[in-house]
Formats: sequence, C-alpha cells, structure tokens
Amino acid sequence: MANFTKRFLKGHAKLERNVSLLFVGSLSAVLVGGIVEIAPLFYLENTIEKVEGMRPYSPLELAGRNIYIREGCYVCHSQMIRPFRDEVERYGHFSLAAESMYDRPFQWGSKRTGPDLARVGARYSNEWHVQHLIDPQSVVPESIMPKYGFLAEADLKVENIESHLVANRRVGVPYTEAMVQNAKADFVVQANADGDWDGLMERYPKVVTGDFDGDPKRLTEMDALVAYLQMLGTLVDFSTYEPELKGR
Amino acid sequence: MRFETPFFLTASGTFLAVVLIAFSEDKGFAQHMSVLAAVLLLASIVLARKITFAPAGPAPVVSVDNSENEYMDEVIRYGVIATAFWGVVGFLVGVVAAAQLAWPELNIQPYFNFGRIRPLHTSAVIFAFGGSALIATSFYIVQRTCRARLWGGNLAWFVFWGYQLFIVLAATGYLLGITQSKEYAEPEWYVDLWLTIVWVAYLVVFIGTIVKRNEPHIYVANWFFLAFIVTVAMLHVVNGLSMPVSLLGSKSYSAFGGVQDALTQWWYGHNAVGFFLTAGFLGMMYYFVPKQADRPVYSYRLSIIHFWGLIFLYIWAGPHHLHFTALPDWAQTLGMVFSIMLWMPSWGGMINGLMTLQGAWDKVRTDPILRMMVISLAFYGMSTFEGPMMSIKTVNSLSHYTDWTIGHVHSGALGWNGMITFSALYFLVPRLWGRERLYSLRLVNWHFWLATLGIVLYAAVMWVSGITQGLMWREYDAEGYLVYTFAESIAALFPYYVARVFAGILFLSGGLVMAYNIYMTIRGHERLEDALRTTPQPVNDRPVVAQPAE
Repeated sequence: MANFTKRFLKGHAKLERNVSLLFVGSLSAVLVGGIVEIAPLFYLENTIEKVEGMRPYSPLELAGRNIYIREGCYVCHSQMIRPFRDEVERYGHFSLAAESMYDRPFQWGSKRTGPDLARVGARYSNEWHVQHLIDPQSVVPESIMPKYGFLAEADLKVENIESHLVANRRVGVPYTEAMVQNAKADFVVQANADGDWDGLMERYPKVVTGDFDGDPKRLTEMDALVAYLQMLGTLVDFSTYEPELKGR
Repeated sequence: MRFETPFFLTASGTFLAVVLIAFSEDKGFAQHMSVLAAVLLLASIVLARKITFAPAGPAPVVSVDNSENEYMDEVIRYGVIATAFWGVVGFLVGVVAAAQLAWPELNIQPYFNFGRIRPLHTSAVIFAFGGSALIATSFYIVQRTCRARLWGGNLAWFVFWGYQLFIVLAATGYLLGITQSKEYAEPEWYVDLWLTIVWVAYLVVFIGTIVKRNEPHIYVANWFFLAFIVTVAMLHVVNGLSMPVSLLGSKSYSAFGGVQDALTQWWYGHNAVGFFLTAGFLGMMYYFVPKQADRPVYSYRLSIIHFWGLIFLYIWAGPHHLHFTALPDWAQTLGMVFSIMLWMPSWGGMINGLMTLQGAWDKVRTDPILRMMVISLAFYGMSTFEGPMMSIKTVNSLSHYTDWTIGHVHSGALGWNGMITFSALYFLVPRLWGRERLYSLRLVNWHFWLATLGIVLYAAVMWVSGITQGLMWREYDAEGYLVYTFAESIAALFPYYVARVFAGILFLSGGLVMAYNIYMTIRGHERLEDALRTTPQPVNDRPVVAQPAE
C-alpha cells in the first residue's frame, strides 16, 4: 500500500509539472459522466414513449410559446407532473417524455411559485385566462403573479413565421412542407372568430380556434399566449393511453 | 499601452452594430444592437481620448520596457472594482425580486416583472459578481504562483472588457425579453457566441501564463482554475447549441428537445454550480486561506484526491434536478448515487481548508477577514451536505419545486461564494493599491455579522417555507381529499417571504459596507480605530511575576 501510494504520488508529480497533461487529464475526467448519461437518451428507444396525438405546435401556438418564454413564465410554473397521488389529482395524468418531444427548449421548470401548467389547456375559459393575465388578483386573491395586461395591447408581430417553422425543422421537429407553405395563413386564421379553419385543423389536429383575447378585430400577443395555454397537455388522449411499464 | 488597435476595433464594432440595427428582423434584436452600439460608442470615445500622437521629428527615445519584471495588476484592480460593483447590484436586484414575491404590486410590467427580474438577479450574482471575482483572482493567483507576468499582453484586457460586455448584453437582454429560457444559460445565440470567444481567450491567457512559469510546480489553486475554465467552456458550448431563426434576429431554437434538452440543461446547470461556483472558488480558497492564515495547506495528498474526485463525480450529478420527471429512471438513479458520493470530495476540500488553520485558530478572534474565510468554508460544508441529502429521491419528492431549493442555493451562493469573495477582496485591495492596511477592520467585522445574520435568516426561513409548501401540497384529510388549494399554500408563505426580504436587506447592507470600506481604502484613508482584541484578562487572574527582593 505504501509502495502504491509512493508510485501514485510520483506519477501525479508529472501531472503537476506539465500543464498539457493536467489539461488532458481534467478534460478526460469531466467528459465521462456527460457521455454516459446523455448519449444513451438519443438512441435508447424506450426513452420516449410511443403515443398517439403528438404534433408540432401550430404557428400561433408557437408564437404564444415564445411569449411564454420571453416573459419567463417557466421561472414560477413547471410543466412536469410527477407520478404522485396528490400531483395527479391536482394537475392530471403524470407527464410523459413524449409530450415535450417537440419542445425546443423544454419548459419543465424547476420551481412552483405558481401551479403546474402541463395540463392547464381546456381547464379554464379564454375569458378567465385573459382576465387572469390582466389582473391575476382579481381572479385569485392570494395570487402573487405579476400583471400581464400589456399583452392585450400589443399587436402580435412575428416577421416570417415560416422561418420559425423552418428553424425548428432543421433541428428535427417534423414540420411538413405544407405546414411551412401555409404558416402565414394558419398564423392569422387560428384566432379569427369566423375564419376557415379546415386546412389548419387538418394540419394540426385538436387545434383550438376562435378569438382568444375578447377583441376579435385585433391579433394580439394575448391571443397567442392564450392559444398556447389552451392546448397545453391536451394532445394525448389518456382515456386510450396504455403505459408500457417495462424498462424505464 | 497603445490605444490605436482597441479604438479601431470598438469603432468598427459600433459601425457594425448600427448596420445590424438597420437590418434587424425583430424588435428585440434591434433594441439589443442599440445597446451594443451605445456601449461600443462610449468605449470608442474613451479610447480615442487616450491616443497620443507623436510630434514630428526624430522618434523619442523609448525607455526600456521592463514591464516583464512586474505583475500585470491593473486589470486585476479593474476586476476587483467590477466584482464589488456587480455584487451590490446583484444583491439589490435580489432584494427587489424577493419583495416582488411578497408584494406583487411591485412588479412593473413589462420590463420589471418577476419573470424578467429573476434571471437578472441570478446572472448578476453568479456571472457578473462571481465571474468578475474568478477572473480577477485567477489572474492574481496564477501570476504569483507561477512567478510570471500574464501571458499574451493586452489579451487579458480583452478578457476583462469582453466579459463585462457579455454581462451588459445578457442583463439588458433579460429585461428586453431576449432569453433562451435555459436557467443560468439564458442569453441568446449571439451573446453565447461572444462569450465563447472571450472564454477561449481566458483559457489561452491562463494556460499561457502557466506555460511560461518560473516555478517547476503548478500550484493546486491553478489545477482548480484550469478545470473550471476548461469545463465551463465544454458545458457552455454544448448546452448553447441552437438554431437561429435568422442571423439578423434574436430568436433561436434549441438543438435538443424535450427530455434530451432537459438533461443537457441540468448537466450544464448543475456543473455551473460544480465548476463555476465550486472548482473556481476552491482555487481562490487554496490561495487566500493559507496566505491570510500564514500557514501551509493542510494536506497535499488530500488536495490531490479531492481534486480528481470532485471534478470526476460532479459531472454525473445533473439528473438529481429531474427526479420523478419523464427522465428515464436509470438516469435519475445514476444522478442520485453520484450526488451522494460527491459529499466526500466536497468535504475533502472543506477539511483541507479548515485544517489549514491548525496553529492559527487564535487569529480567528482578531482577524475578521480570516473569520470570513472560516465561515465561508463552514457554509461550503453545510451546503455540500444538504445538496447530497436533497438529491435522495425520497427527500427530493418533498423538496423539489419548493423554496427549500432556493434556500439551499443561497446558503451556497451567499455563504460560500459570497464570503470567500469578500475576504479575497479585503485581502487584495490594500495589496493592489499599495496601502498599509484596509480603511477599517471594524467595518469588516460589521460586514461579517450583517452577512452572516442575513444568510442564516434566509436559509432558515426558506427551510420553513419550503417544507410548509411541500407538506401542504400533499396533505390529505380523513375522507381522502386534498386539504389545501394551491392558492392557500401561497397565502401561507407570506410571512416567510417578508422575512426573506429582511434577510436580503441585511446581506445587501453588508455589501454596501464593504463597498464603502474598499472605496475609502483605495482613496488612501485609514480609519483611526482600536484594534480588535481578545477579552482582557481580569486583574486578579494574571501570571504571577516574581518581584525582585528589596
């Protein structure tokens, strides 16, 4: 043992006198963990469940999601329901990996200063969301959420929405050519109270349509954000979903 | 120093930024480029005023340049001031954020809502305060322990100012709503690219200085700094991979999605703690604690074991941020096991630091700077025990998503990183400005107590608040119904949130006391004050001295 220690220290002394060795040594030490943990997630097939119903975000939902990110909603709201009795009762079925597979970046969050939003879609009316975003305390007196009334005043401006779809497609989100071609029209028609939604609904099943912000004449940031909130967690039909319990 | 080249660079940068404003594809990018143009214009003006033109005639005889005989300390002086400044700013924004959680009326939409203030606070403290401290102290330490001037001449200035520009762009970006939403890696793709350039320059200066060293041995502090710089480069580049929508726009989409993105982010996030806030600051500890205590490092062998143990194990711990999520169970378990093992090398560092005081413990009574170092190591030990405990899945099921995590982070950031940085600044300022001593040691003592009380209160309040929250969410009544609504759990936390604001104010006022002390020291003032003494011995309890016979 004493012998080993002596040899080890002698070997280590080389490292302490050679910055290249020290550089290579420390880089190798920090590479291992990441490779072993992260790389398998890309090829192990049971990492992401096979589910029906998942689709990329519609152009308006994507714009709403970008507002959600811009305002830092993820700072206080998680989108990840853990498989506990109380959470499932409070928020709904626990979250599946598949449900965030088109989320770039993910929005699982790390803190619940406010409640989880993974399945907030279709739980409240559009009017409730708009009122709550304008003045949270008027709906939930205990709330400590900031006011977001300015969203209702701001016209939704996204230059080249189709290039957002293309950027997503480049990193692997399956937007089809038809989705990109129709992006501009889909972007406008979704919140149009009496629009022709047939094409949109075909491309984005279960999409929620109609005016969201209570002002049918304008397309505002509020429209986009509420459109996004109203679809959260609604795509997978859990009445028919059978979990595979093996190997996860 | 010649200013033509930097002037040329900042002036062309200004021009480029103005061109980018004109062609920008979204409002955020245009606003951000305006900020950049304004900052670079200001820099150009300052630099232009420093350029001197040689008069006509024979070239003046240039005195022999013997700057190689001196350490490059001017950049460190700037770094010290930046550290103190960003510290106060970061703590102030923290107090604002804490107050917003207690009284939501303090949110000012859209720019000063909590969602934009919180990343401003975290980045200001971690990257502006902590980062400036790391750059300044690593430059100071690597020169002294290698007995060599910084390699690369003005490259060190580029590192300092380039990093400050990164801070300004990141901070203004958050307020403008330009964010990738990855915690502690919020800046968008073009700010990330800039940071990569600055960071590589940092690595080059650091390694260059070690290569030209005049000491055969690379001191242990430099191992930690080296591991910190290398690993942060790796983490930053991989986690920042993304696809910009347009090269003239601010928005990008992450190269990874969903579960892969989540683990990549927390591999980054946890090791921002592990390498930025731990390895780098351990480098500081390994220089300043022995210096201030005037004792050698306790154990050379322990430093070897805990260095390799720490950097190897830390990388694995990321998944403990994703317990019970949709991340596969094998990854969660792996993360938990390594997090628990991490306790050992972490305490190796604490023990090595504390035991360095062997034979010098009496100084803790009279030297408030050394006392700060001791308490910072104590907080390091505490939070590196709490961390592994919270990574146990059973504990995590209660603590995750609650304020407990916030308390844990602050006992590490305020206690360990804050205190070791404050003591390093107090060590550096008199030496860098050639002053006999600090303006006032008694003010250091005040700072010590304000900060310590602030941290203890903060951590205690967040424990109570976090555990309350966690228990209320899972409370069932006899009939099997959930007892509390989410809103009721928010209302229950109000008193704790108010107490937290108070704790933050204590810590902030400590920071202000420090800023004043540093300012007065730099100006060359010395406060007339009694030295800090031990309790005088009672008159009737003293050694008997033999009286000479009459």
